[in-house]
Parts: sequence; structure tokens; C-alpha cells
Amino acid sequence: MLARLDPGSAAARRGLSDIAIRNVFIVPTIIFLIVFNIFPLIYSLGYSFTDFRASSNDAANFVGLQNYRELLSDPYVWNNFTITAKYVLVSVGGQVLVGFGVALLLNRKVPAKGLVTTLLLLPMMMSMAVVGLFWQLLYSPSWGIINYALGLEDFEWLSDAEVALYAVALTDIWMWSPFVMLLSLAGLSAIPQHLYEAAAIDRASRWYTFTRITLPLVTPLLLIAIIFRTMEAFKTFDLAFIMTSMDSTELIAIRLYKMAFQEWQTGKSCAMAYIVLIMVLAITNIYVKYLNQAKAR
Amino acid sequence: MLVALVFLVLIIYLLPLYWISSTAFKPRSLATTVPPTVLFEPELTAFVKLFTARVQMRGEVEPEVYEKAPWYEKRVYDAGERIIKDADGKLESSGYLSRFLNSIIIAVTSTFLAVAMGTLTAYGFSRFKMPGEQDWLFFILSTRMLPPVVVAIPMFLMYRTVGLVDTHIGLIILYTAFNLSFSVWLMKGFIDEIPIEYEEAALVDGYTRMQAFFKIVLPQAATGIAATAVFCFITAWNEYAFALMMTNSRAQTAPPYIPSQLGSGVTDWTVIAAGTFLFLVPVAVFTFLLRKHLLRGVTFGAIRK
Repeated sequence: MLARLDPGSAAARRGLSDIAIRNVFIVPTIIFLIVFNIFPLIYSLGYSFTDFRASSNDAANFVGLQNYRELLSDPYVWNNFTITAKYVLVSVGGQVLVGFGVALLLNRKVPAKGLVTTLLLLPMMMSMAVVGLFWQLLYSPSWGIINYALGLEDFEWLSDAEVALYAVALTDIWMWSPFVMLLSLAGLSAIPQHLYEAAAIDRASRWYTFTRITLPLVTPLLLIAIIFRTMEAFKTFDLAFIMTSMDSTELIAIRLYKMAFQEWQTGKSCAMAYIVLIMVLAITNIYVKYLNQAKAR
Repeated sequence: MLVALVFLVLIIYLLPLYWISSTAFKPRSLATTVPPTVLFEPELTAFVKLFTARVQMRGEVEPEVYEKAPWYEKRVYDAGERIIKDADGKLESSGYLSRFLNSIIIAVTSTFLAVAMGTLTAYGFSRFKMPGEQDWLFFILSTRMLPPVVVAIPMFLMYRTVGLVDTHIGLIILYTAFNLSFSVWLMKGFIDEIPIEYEEAALVDGYTRMQAFFKIVLPQAATGIAATAVFCFITAWNEYAFALMMTNSRAQTAPPYIPSQLGSGVTDWTVIAAGTFLFLVPVAVFTFLLRKHLLRGVTFGAIRK
């Protein structure tokens, strides 16, 4: 924690008081966020107990917990959650394997390392919507370069119910494994070299060195990457929405969008939004805890 | 061996980007060939098509009209199409240009607001005691984590009531709110690093706290402010979900517009690639400018290396 100015000193009492300045600086932001983030959520909490439809002029009727009951007993919604879980597992798992692997590779003496790292980070800075768009060009069954490179003929990456979800996850892995790589590289480069020297003197095996030195010391940063990517993958909308439109790729965010903006079941979608919101806040809580731990080190 | 492996990884990562970029410069007939065309004579036809509204021509263009046409119009005639012109002979532009301008206006304005408010708030949290500070910071960050669709449903209803659907202001507010939390966290990291002694010395010299902030702290934080601004700009520039749900034409930005070209009639991938290419270039440039701050940026300022 930083040292702070002594509020009692003569110097600090010139002009506006510290408390006044603090409030002038902080309060507008908090008000802004409450008005445009929290107030809408309170608004939608109210709607989640009604049968309101934004497409009709009928007034909203209070239905109590009916929306929540219906959603939680709807096998279709559970299926959306299952699809989302599968997607999170495959895409985050892939990102960790690929990202950590590339980080191990780059952690050695590589020429033009800075340039290579920056080039590898390009995909994650791009717009998900646009990435989803041009991967459709790559995945094209008849003339896409992926089928050509793999020697597959007319393989339907994005319109095969079994494969489409994994095709989207593969794009996500391409896009976000650099994120895991970036954090892993930071962790790897912070490991003191003398630990490896000591291990070498003890004739420790490579595997032993990796599992007893490298892995434990990278874990804090790797965990931050995993939690953050898990949360983002759970919320995925853009990529899957742009790339395919199949039942087998209907992630929870896409279901929510359809419910709200295509079927206009406003009340029910607000209830659904709250279920998703609670899950996201739970992950955020864990994430911030690890973030603060990493900061303290 | 190591170099070869790194090179291979680099090629795999960059191939998709190279492919979409090169498609933008291909003649349409070579964009979707089997096997894929690698070597070709680059041309700008796709970019001309991207910015103009065109119709398919019946029959051939008259030779004297063709002779007098500027180079870019010839490219369009060569493709068997002609550019739509109004009564004064002015070219009609396609939807892309206005979407691109919308993207710039909305991203720049929301970035400015988010960074300005974020810097002040970060300074407040960095230098003064605040009851429940950690809780406030968590609250601020948690607003960033909300899934866009969850926020969009009530915001859409509210915007509809006050007439902000499909307006620039509507999107600017949403993007400012979205970037504000990020800006507070990142700027707090930067301001925490500025030694407090600088301000103390200024206060002893007779500055007020406000003067010390504007004359001492802000210049010291310039790099951090620039990095934060670039991050906020990229986020707003790339954003898709809010733009999809809150706009449909007048204030629509490029990300929902570019993919919408895919379904309309016969797909001309060279035009889509040209639109994508122009959209990605600023992000690529900014990524290079930011390269030293990327780690800090993606961890909300927590990890500095």
C-alpha cells in the first residue's frame, strides 16, 4: 500500500479539502456506473417476475417466480448450459495447452523474440465478430484453405452438428491461446535462474525440474489466465453467433439473445439474464481474489 | 531446430491474417479457387467496390465512356458492373463508409470520456483513503464482467423509452460505461507507480492539490494515459454485441455491418476481405505501439512485469 499524504499538514489544506477532491474525482464515475449498469439491472430484476413482452403493448403482469421455475425445468435451457460447458472446457483447455506450450518454446533463446511475441499476440487484439467472419472463409468446405491443407474434400466444418461447436472452439483457441502465452511468459521469465542451476547440480531430471520448479512457479499467473478465459468463454456470443446458427452451437448467451431480441420474451429473458449474471459474478469474485494475490507478490 | 519450430508456430498463427489480407487484393475470379491461389497480381478493385454502390451492367459499356472513366471506374466496368451516380454525376457511396465513420466517432468519443473519468477516479483511489476501497474497486471491475446481452436487454427498453436506440450517443454511453472500469483499474496501476514525493514537494512549494495533480501527476502519467486510451479505443472499435442489439443503420458501427454483407446475394469475398482488412489495420498498428503494455492491459493493471 502506498504512503498517503498526511491530511493534517498545512500543505494539504490549501485549496479544496482532500475529502472534497476525492469525492469530485471518484463520485461521478460511481454514479455513472450505477446509472448505466446497476439501475438497468434493477429494472430488469423487476421485469424478471413478469410476463412482459417488449414487442406488444400489453402491460406487464406479475407472475412471481414462474419464469425462473420454467427456465430451470426446461430441458432445452439445460441443453444450452451443457453446450456452453463443453465449449468452455474444449476452448479453454486448448488455449492452455497451446498457449503454455508456445510460451515454453519462446522462453528460450529465440532470435527477434520481442517481434515474434508481438506478432503472435495480434489475433487476440482483433474483433471477435470479424475473426468469426474470416474464419468462415478458411473453413469453407469447397475452397477453404483448411480443407485444402488437410486434404479433406467438402468437409462441413460449420454445418455439421457434431463438429461445428469444436470448429468454433478451434477459432477461439487460435485467437486466445496468445493470451495464455503472454501470461505464461511473464511467469516463466520471473523464475530465478539459480533454481534451475541448483537442480542441474543435483542432476534432477527434466521432468522433475518441470513439475517441481517450472509448474508451481507459473501456476499463479496461469490460474489468472484460466479463470479469465473461462469467464469469457462462458459469455461467448460474437464468435459462435457469427460463425454458425445451429442448435448444437447455441451457447447460453446466444439463447439469451434470441429469447430477448427475436422471440421478445422480455420478462423470461430478464430472469435468464439473472441466472447467467449470478454465475458470472461468482467467477469474477474468484478472479479478483487471484488478481489481488498476484498483485501483492 | 528451435528456430524452425518457432517459425512454424508463427506461420500457423499469421496464415489466417495473411489469407484475409491477401484476398482483399485478389481479382474476384481468384478469391475462391481450388487449389487456393497464392501468387497473383494485386489490384485495388475490391476497395473501389467496397466504397461505392454498384449495379450489374446489362451488355457492354460504350468504348468512349470507358475511355473517359477514371481508373477506379474502369476497374468496376471490367468486373461487368457500374457505379451508381446521382443526377450531378457524384458517386454514390456504399454503406461501409458511414459505418467506418460511425466506428471512429463512437470509439474516439467514448475513449476520451472513459479515460478522462477513469484517470480522475484512479487518482482518487490511489492517493486518498476511501472507506470500503476494495469493495468499490471490485464493484467497478464487476461492471466490466457483465455479459453484454444481460446489460443490453434493460438498456434497450430504457433507450426505447427515451429515444436513444440507433443513436451515436446511445452507443457512446454504453462503451464509456464498459471501458470506464478498465480505465480506472489500469490507470490506478500507473498512478500508484508515480512517487508520492513529487506531489509532496509541489505542495510544500505552494501548489494546491489540484495544481499538483494537473501540473505534476498528469504529465508523469502521460504514457499510462496513452496506453489506456489505446486499449479503450481497441475495445470500443471491436465491440459487436451492443452494436448489434442497439443500432440498425444510422449509428451502426463496422463490426455488425461487415458480417451482414455475407448473406446478401452472391458473396463477393474480395469486398468482404477489403472491408475486414481496413478494419484490422488500425488494430494491428496499435498493437505494435502497445507491445510493452499488453500484459498490464489484459490483467487490468495487476501484473506489470
